[in-house]
Formats: sequence, C-alpha cells, structure tokens
Amino acid sequence: MKTEDHKVQTFENRKEKDLFKNLIFTSKHYKLWVAFLLLVIAIGFFAYYRQLKYGLIVTAMRDYTSWGIYISNFVFFVAISLVGSLFSSILKLNKNEWAKPLTRISEIIAVSAIVCAAAIIIVDMGRPDRFFNVIRYMRIQSPIIWDVIIISTYLVISILLLYLSIIPDLALCRDELNDVPKWKKRLYKITAINWSNDPKQIGLLNRVSKILSIAVLPVAFAIHTVTSWLFATTWRPGWDSTNLGPYFVSGAFMAGAAIIIIAMYFIRKHLKLKAYIREDHFDKMGKLLVLLSLVYLYFNINEYLGPAFKMVGVEGEHITELFAGKYAPMYWLVQIGGLILPIVLLLFKGMRKPLPISIISACVILGAWFKRFLIVIPSLQHPYLPIQDVPEAYRHYNPTWEEWMITMASFAWFLLIITVLIKLIPALPIQKHDHVSKNIPILNLAKNEK
Amino acid sequence: MDDKNSKIDSRRQFIKQISTGSILAATGLGFSSLTSCKEKSQEKTSLLTTDGKLVQVPNSEIESMEHLHHGAPLKEARQGIPNKKFVMVVDLSKCRNARKCVQSCDKHHDLTPERPYIKVLEMKDNEDSSPYWMPKKCFHCDNPPCVKVCPVGATFKRTDGIVLVDNTRCIGCRFCMAACPYSARVFNWGEPPEGKLDIPYSPETSLPSRKGTVAKCDFCPDMLRDDKLPHCVTACPNGVIYFGNEIEDTVTNGEETVRFSTLLRDKAGYRYMEDLGTKPRVYYLPPVDRLFPFEEGKQKPEVS
Repeated sequence: MKTEDHKVQTFENRKEKDLFKNLIFTSKHYKLWVAFLLLVIAIGFFAYYRQLKYGLIVTAMRDYTSWGIYISNFVFFVAISLVGSLFSSILKLNKNEWAKPLTRISEIIAVSAIVCAAAIIIVDMGRPDRFFNVIRYMRIQSPIIWDVIIISTYLVISILLLYLSIIPDLALCRDELNDVPKWKKRLYKITAINWSNDPKQIGLLNRVSKILSIAVLPVAFAIHTVTSWLFATTWRPGWDSTNLGPYFVSGAFMAGAAIIIIAMYFIRKHLKLKAYIREDHFDKMGKLLVLLSLVYLYFNINEYLGPAFKMVGVEGEHITELFAGKYAPMYWLVQIGGLILPIVLLLFKGMRKPLPISIISACVILGAWFKRFLIVIPSLQHPYLPIQDVPEAYRHYNPTWEEWMITMASFAWFLLIITVLIKLIPALPIQKHDHVSKNIPILNLAKNEK
Repeated sequence: MDDKNSKIDSRRQFIKQISTGSILAATGLGFSSLTSCKEKSQEKTSLLTTDGKLVQVPNSEIESMEHLHHGAPLKEARQGIPNKKFVMVVDLSKCRNARKCVQSCDKHHDLTPERPYIKVLEMKDNEDSSPYWMPKKCFHCDNPPCVKVCPVGATFKRTDGIVLVDNTRCIGCRFCMAACPYSARVFNWGEPPEGKLDIPYSPETSLPSRKGTVAKCDFCPDMLRDDKLPHCVTACPNGVIYFGNEIEDTVTNGEETVRFSTLLRDKAGYRYMEDLGTKPRVYYLPPVDRLFPFEEGKQKPEVS
C-alpha cells in the first residue's frame, strides 16, 4: 500500500499522535465501510428515482395511512439531533467536565441527523419539485412552516457550534499535518480562517460559543416540540394530546444519549482511542441514560394511562390496538425491550461497561425508531368515520422495499456524514481545552478519581 | 352596489368563459345527440365557432365531449361566487345506498372507484341502535382544519363557504389529510388513472388531477356558477341531498324547495361531530321514519 511506502509523519505530542492517526491513515476497513454506505445510498437513490417517476404509489401509503415510515423516520432523526444540545449546552453549562471530550462527537451527530431529517421530509413530499412553494406561498399559521423555520434555525446553530469548536483544531491540522493531499491542506487553510491561538481570538471564540450554547437550548427544545405539534394540532387518537411536546423531547434525549454511547463504542474501538474515551465515560453515560429514560418513562405513563383508563371512542380503539391488537407485539417489545429493561439493566455497574452498554443502547435506538412508527402509523388507522369500501391495501400499512431502502439510505447517509467528518477533523478536541482552560486537565475525570 | 358589481362580475365571467372554451367545447353541447351519426360520414352539420363564424363540419369529425363546464381560472376560483353561502342537508331517512351520487360524482370528476370523493358509509351508533346509510362528502367546514394546516395555501376557504384545493400549488405534504377529522380527502398517489385530460385546470372542477397532490369533493362550483345543482344532488333518485344558499335560506333536492331553517327545525337537523368545532356546512337529518329498510341498501352491488 502506498501509505506504507513513504515515511509517515510522526508527532511528538501523544495526543496529536493518537488523534491525527485516523486523519492520515486510511485503513482497508474504512474504505470498505464507506463503499458499503455508498452502495446503500445508491440503492436508496434508485428507489427514490422510482418514487419520483411513478409517484408515492410505490410506497404502501394510501388515503387512510397517509403518513408512513418517512414521517416516523423524520421524527426519529429530529430526536437524534437533540443530542447536540445535550452536550454542548446542558452538560457544558452545568460544568460537567467529563462530558467535554464527547462534545464534538455529539455535535457531529447533531449536524448529521438534522441534515438527514431535512432530506427525509423532502422525500415524503408528493411534489418535491414544488419545494420552493413553501417559501413563495408561506402561510405562517401552518405548523409545518413553524417546523421549517425552527429546523433551519437549529441546523444553522448546530453547524456554527460544531464549526466554532473545531476552528482551533483545524488550525492545528493546517500547521501540523504535512502528509496530506493538497486539497486537504487547502481545506484546512481556508476553514481555519487565520486562527493563530491569539488571546484575542480565544476570548472572542469563548464568548461566541457561550452565547451559542445558551441559544441552542431553547431552539433544541422548540425543534422537537414543534415537531410534536405537527401531530398534536390534529384530532387523531394518540396525537390529540397536550403531553406530546415533553413526551417527544424526553424521548429524544434518551435516544440521543443512546446513540452517543454507540458512537463512543465504535470510535473508541476503530480509532483506538481507549485512552481518551474511557470506561468511566461509559459508566457516566449509562447513569445519564437511566436518568433520561426514567423521565421518558414518566411521560410515557402520562401519555397512555389517561386514554387507557377512559377508553373513549376512537382513542379507546387506538389504545386497544396498541395494547392487545395488531400492533401489540411491536408495542410491548418497544416499551419493555427499549425502555424498561434498559433502565433496569443499566442500574448494575457491570452493564455499564463498554460492550454491554452499547448493546443495550442499540436496543434503545431500535426501540426509539419503532416507537416513532407506533406514534405515527396506528393513529392514522383509526379515523372517526369507519373505513369502508376501500381496497384491502388501504386498511394496512406494510412499507414497500422502496420505503425501506430509502430509509436505510437515510441511515447510511447519516453514518457517512459522521464517518467523513471524523476523517477530516479529530474526533475529540485536541487543542481547544489546552488553550481555553489550562487549569482543567483534559482527562480530568480520570484524575478526579485517582 | 354589491348587486351592480356582481352583475358586472357575472358578465365578465360569461365573456371569459366563452373566450376560454374551445370550438368544440362551446358548440359540442348540442351534439351529444349527434354522436350516433358518426358513422354516416357524408352528412355535414353547421356549427357556430366562438368567434362567430358559421362552419360546416362532417359528422364523422364530430365527437361527443364530456366536461363541458370549465371552472373559473385559478385567481377567480379563490374568490367564491358573490352573495352565496352554500349549504347542504343530507336526509338520512331517505338514503338506501343507491350509490347514484357516488357514481355521478366519480363520472364528472373522472374518479376511479377506489378513490371516490363521496362515500356512503354503513353507520351504527351503538350496539342496540339500528344501522343507517350515511352519504359523506367534504363538509366544507367554516373552521376548516385542512385550511389551517396547509403550509402553502393550496387549500383555501372561499367567501361562498366552499373549501377548494389548488393542485398547481399543493406540495403533497398530506398534512391536510392528517388534519381532516372526516377523512374527506384523497391523494393522487400515482399518475391519475384517467390519463391526461386536455382541458384547462380549475380548482372548481378539480380537473385535471395531478400526481402527488391532494383532492376532494368540491361542491361542483362549475355547476353552481351556471345556477345548477351539484351532480350528486341531481343524481340521487330519492331526493336525499338538499343544496342551497344559506343567505336566501332555501335548499332544494331538485324536486322540492324548502326553507333551510324550517327543514333543520322540523327534522332536528344536526352536524356530524359538532363538538370538534369545525362548523361543517353539511347538515344531516336523523334517520327517523325511514323510506326504505336498511337491508335494501345491502343488496346493491358494492362498487359499480
């Protein structure tokens, strides 16, 4: 291989050495991984091409189940994107120093997820060619417009948060990395915007980051609350609920924490960063996940207990369908396997070790995805007026291969953005904390416990 | 003042309609009876074109046409017909699921049976109450949830009470379908099954349909502009559906014309799910003293 032939650049600083390694080396695994993701995306594009050509008829959506897994997947990605604010705002403002090394991963995931959410909502449109009608004929009364506004705001803030935090590292890449292609050098040079670790620059950056980390919090809450209003502003059973906003937001934080744990596991393993993402991090994240899951459990009980006690009309039909009907297996699997069991298991210290907690987090993520399926689809199948005189296909919803492939492609796209970003910039901050807060050691968590 | 304006409007309207119609559209009305002559190729017929010329056309060239009514163009279709507030009353005691309303609506809106604007639902309010047939179309609510949620104003409420869809603006987000508590809306999931129709689009006729856009019952404003009743009203063999202008307080089912308020008072008219606050413009008269036994409707073929 080419990289083995010529002399590889070495770094004196241990941290630079560890974190730059992934930026310089391109392993076979990495190439295979990217090729696999591109393949999935290509199949997804083919499915989308068919959808553009024939219309939404290639999906399993019909007049009653008029929203399907595109919408539930959209809600899922919006939920995932909230994790950026969890780290760069909530944990940061509460001075949780241990979480700092994870901030960048969370910000990358946030940006990637919100980009995917925006893309998937365009896929769901019957007329994507008329996307700009949304701007041309904007009606501010419509919750969709609120969502468009808040998502674009959050997208901008997330990108800014990520970008600001990587500027010092980009400058470091510009100065230190010699063994990279020309385009990469130029990229670092342009994106580092003359950063020179000047105290004035650092002061400015700190101020702006602080403002942003405060500003992102209400926006993050708003983004998922507004998304919940897309449902709560209708009369559908299961959606017509005042509980929906906090229910969505708490579920989002749970899913976000779980996805960070999975990301930590893979980045730690494949980038060989065991010294930086330590078992203590997994332990702390496990405790955090339990806390967030308990909050979500609380809102879950609120969401289902009232309607299940009253069993009024279509709301009662809907609850019966979830608890004991067609969707019962999925419902109980999601609620027990994706919520209750993780809470119980993560109470044990042994379960908060990297591998077990990552498996548990994967269950939480799977549960979170199917939970959104259960929020979106069964509600549409219980309208006030009975469903009669329709072809059999109108009564059920089993997503077609086109829908599944487009959904898979959205995951691949999500992972590809993350993969490419951590290939271009160090997965953990190298420079920032050294300069910004000299008095706080990087691995302060480890030191504290000594 | 208003009266004067409306006169000018209707005259302008008339001129516009004339000018937009094609030769065949303007003249074809009289020829539906002539279509049988198509085979006898030698005979000719005199036709008046839109610009006033008299022409002769061989009968073999003449084809019958449907959809002669052209609704108002986009901008006017948003305004509504002046001095009108359309209202519909459905007398459930007379309905026997003859499905003529569904068929005529399907025919005039070029709909396929799995995508009708009208449904005749088999209803049963509780275990002990007797079942009845309930024709259901768009309720053209005065507080329409679909209009409230539309992000681009593709669905709109007019001054005459009608809620329409502009399918040249609709982005296909289907939020209106989720928001409508009455499942009144259908979606063009694929290319419209009727194929390409070569007529100018109007929200008032909902034709031609477009892939990836929403559609629904439109109260046939193209007919209303000509002071005619919607197709479902005239097609009903049992006079189930009354239609009229709330401002004039009259509704008719084509046979009898009655005071709207009297009808509601005498027969205890109600609106479906009043508690949702959507203020429908479609009223129902309860299924009491039925003209037909419920079972009679069951014998009809389901979809023609």
